Amino acid sequence: MKEIFEILEQNARATPEQIATMVNKPVSEVEKIIKQAEKDGTILKYKTIINWPKLGKEDIWALIEVRVTPQRGVGFDAIAERIYQFPEVHSAYLVSGTYDLAILVRGKTMQEISSFVAEKLAPLEQVQSTVTHFLLKRYKENGETFHLPKEINKRLPITP
Amino acid sequence: MLNARSASTKARDNLISQKVDTLPPSGIRKFFDLLSSVEDVISLGIGEPDFVTPWHIREAGTYSLEKGYTMYTSNSGMPELRQELASYLELRYGVSYHPEHEILITTGSSEGLDIALRAIINPGDEVIIPDPCYVAYPADIILAGGVPILVPTNEENNFVVRATDIEARITKQTKAILIGYPANPTGAVMSKKEADAIAGLAKKHDLLVISDEIYARLVYGAEHICFPSLPGMKERTILISGFSKSHAMTGWRIGYVAAERRFIQALAKIHQYTMLSAPTMAQMAAIEALKNGESEVEKMVQEYNRRRRLMVKRLNEIGLPCFEPKGAFYAFPSIKATGVNSEEFAEKLLLEEKVAVVPGTAFGPCGEGFVRCCYATSLPNIEEALRRMDRFIRKSKLNTA
Repeated sequence: MKEIFEILEQNARATPEQIATMVNKPVSEVEKIIKQAEKDGTILKYKTIINWPKLGKEDIWALIEVRVTPQRGVGFDAIAERIYQFPEVHSAYLVSGTYDLAILVRGKTMQEISSFVAEKLAPLEQVQSTVTHFLLKRYKENGETFHLPKEINKRLPITP
Repeated sequence: MLNARSASTKARDNLISQKVDTLPPSGIRKFFDLLSSVEDVISLGIGEPDFVTPWHIREAGTYSLEKGYTMYTSNSGMPELRQELASYLELRYGVSYHPEHEILITTGSSEGLDIALRAIINPGDEVIIPDPCYVAYPADIILAGGVPILVPTNEENNFVVRATDIEARITKQTKAILIGYPANPTGAVMSKKEADAIAGLAKKHDLLVISDEIYARLVYGAEHICFPSLPGMKERTILISGFSKSHAMTGWRIGYVAAERRFIQALAKIHQYTMLSAPTMAQMAAIEALKNGESEVEKMVQEYNRRRRLMVKRLNEIGLPCFEPKGAFYAFPSIKATGVNSEEFAEKLLLEEKVAVVPGTAFGPCGEGFVRCCYATSLPNIEEALRRMDRFIRKSKLNTA
C-alpha cells in the first residue's frame, strides 16, 4: 500500500492502471485505496511543481524565525495557528533550538513581506521577536532541483 | 628485437593478428553506427542503469581525489575494500573468502572475465556458454585462445541453460562452463534446482565454472543463487562481479573476482602485468558503496521492478509475447509474429518509429526472433517507446495483410 503512495508522490498523474501494473495489484483495489486515501486525508491534495523563474515570475520568499511565548494548556499550537492562518504563510514548523517557529512566507515584493512582518506578525501578543531571512536563490525544493536537467543523457544510445 | 631488413623483405599483407582480424565485430556496434544517423531516438538499447551513481558514493570518490589518493594501490586492491567484500559475500550469500588471498579487485568485471579466461585456458580448450549470452563471452574466450561452445537456450526453458544440454556438449577439451545469471540479454534468472544440476555436472566431469554475477542484486521476486555458495562449488568456481549494475557505477570501472587462492594467484599474475591495479578513486568509492549503499540499491531495484512490470505487460499487450524476466533490466520479447527477422525488425523500428532495441542475434544465433529491450530508462520513455512500437506493429500487420 505504501508503494502506491510513493508512486503518486513522485508522479501525481500516474493512473490507477499504471500503478496497478507497477505494484502488481488489481486496478480495482488500487482505485479503492486511492479513493479511501483521498477521503480520509492521507492524500491531501494533488499539486504541480512550477518552475516560476522560467516564466520570469518569481515571488519573493522569506524564512522567518519567530520566538513566541507558549500558552498554558495549548503550548505552541494556538499561536502557531494564529500565524499560519495568514495566507502569506506558505509553510510553518515548530522547531527545536534558539527559536520556536520557522515560517516560510511568500510575497510579490519585498515590501509586501516586510509589512506582513511589521504589521501582522510582530505585533501579535505572544510573539517575542522575529528574524527575517530573504531567500536569494532556490536550489532544490521538494526533492526537485531547479537548475540541473532532470534526464541525464550522458549515456550512449546503445551499450552492451 | 625487430630486424628491419627481414621485416621489410618479408611480405606481410596483414599486420593485425589473425585471431583479432577474424574476430567478428560486436553486433551491437553495427547497430550503434546506424543509430547515430537518426535523431530524437528513444533508446531501449542501453545496457546500463539510467541512475547516476548515488551522491554519497560520488562524494567519496571526489573526496579521495581531494585527499590525494592518486597513486597505485596494491595489485590485489585496497585491503579495506577486500575486507568489506569478504564480509559482504559472507553475509549475503554465506560463502566465505579470505580477503587477502581469495579476492582480487579488477577494473570492472570485464577485466575479471578476461583474466579468468586467460588464466585457465590452454590453446584449444573449450568453454561452454549459453546462447544467447553477453557479447563479450565468445570473444573473450577466442582471445584467450579457447573455443566457445554454444548451448542453445529458448523460451521453453526460460533462457536458462539446461544441464542435459551442457552435458551433451562436453568433450575431452572442455575446461569450463561460463554462465551469467541474471542474464544479459534475456533477464533470465537461474533457479536453485537448475544451478544444482550444473554444479553436479561440474563435479562429475571435473570442470571449472566461471560465474558472472554482475546482475546479482537486480532480481525481482526471485532469489539470486550465488554459484560458489552451492555445496562443493567454491573450490571450482571463479566468481566475477562488480559495482556497475548494483550501484549504477558503470563508468567507474570497478569490479572483483573471488575464488580459491590457486585461481586468484594465477589471475593476479596477469593482472599485475597488465592492469596493475584498479582505479584508486573507484576503489574508495566502492568502499563507501559497500558500507553505506544498501538503501540506495534497494531503492533502485524497486524502481526497476515497477518499470519491468509495466514494460512486460505492455509488450504482451501489443503482441510481442515476453516471458517474465526476473532479473537484470532487460525484457526479451519474441518478434516472430511480425514475420521479419530480429535485425530487420530493429532496423525498421528505428527508422520508422525512432525506437532503438537491440536485435537478439547480437547475442548469439539463438537470439533470432527476439529483441532486447532495456527498461533502465524513465517511465515516460518506456510508455512512449511502447506506444510507438504498438503503432509500428499495427502498421506492419496492415502491410502484410
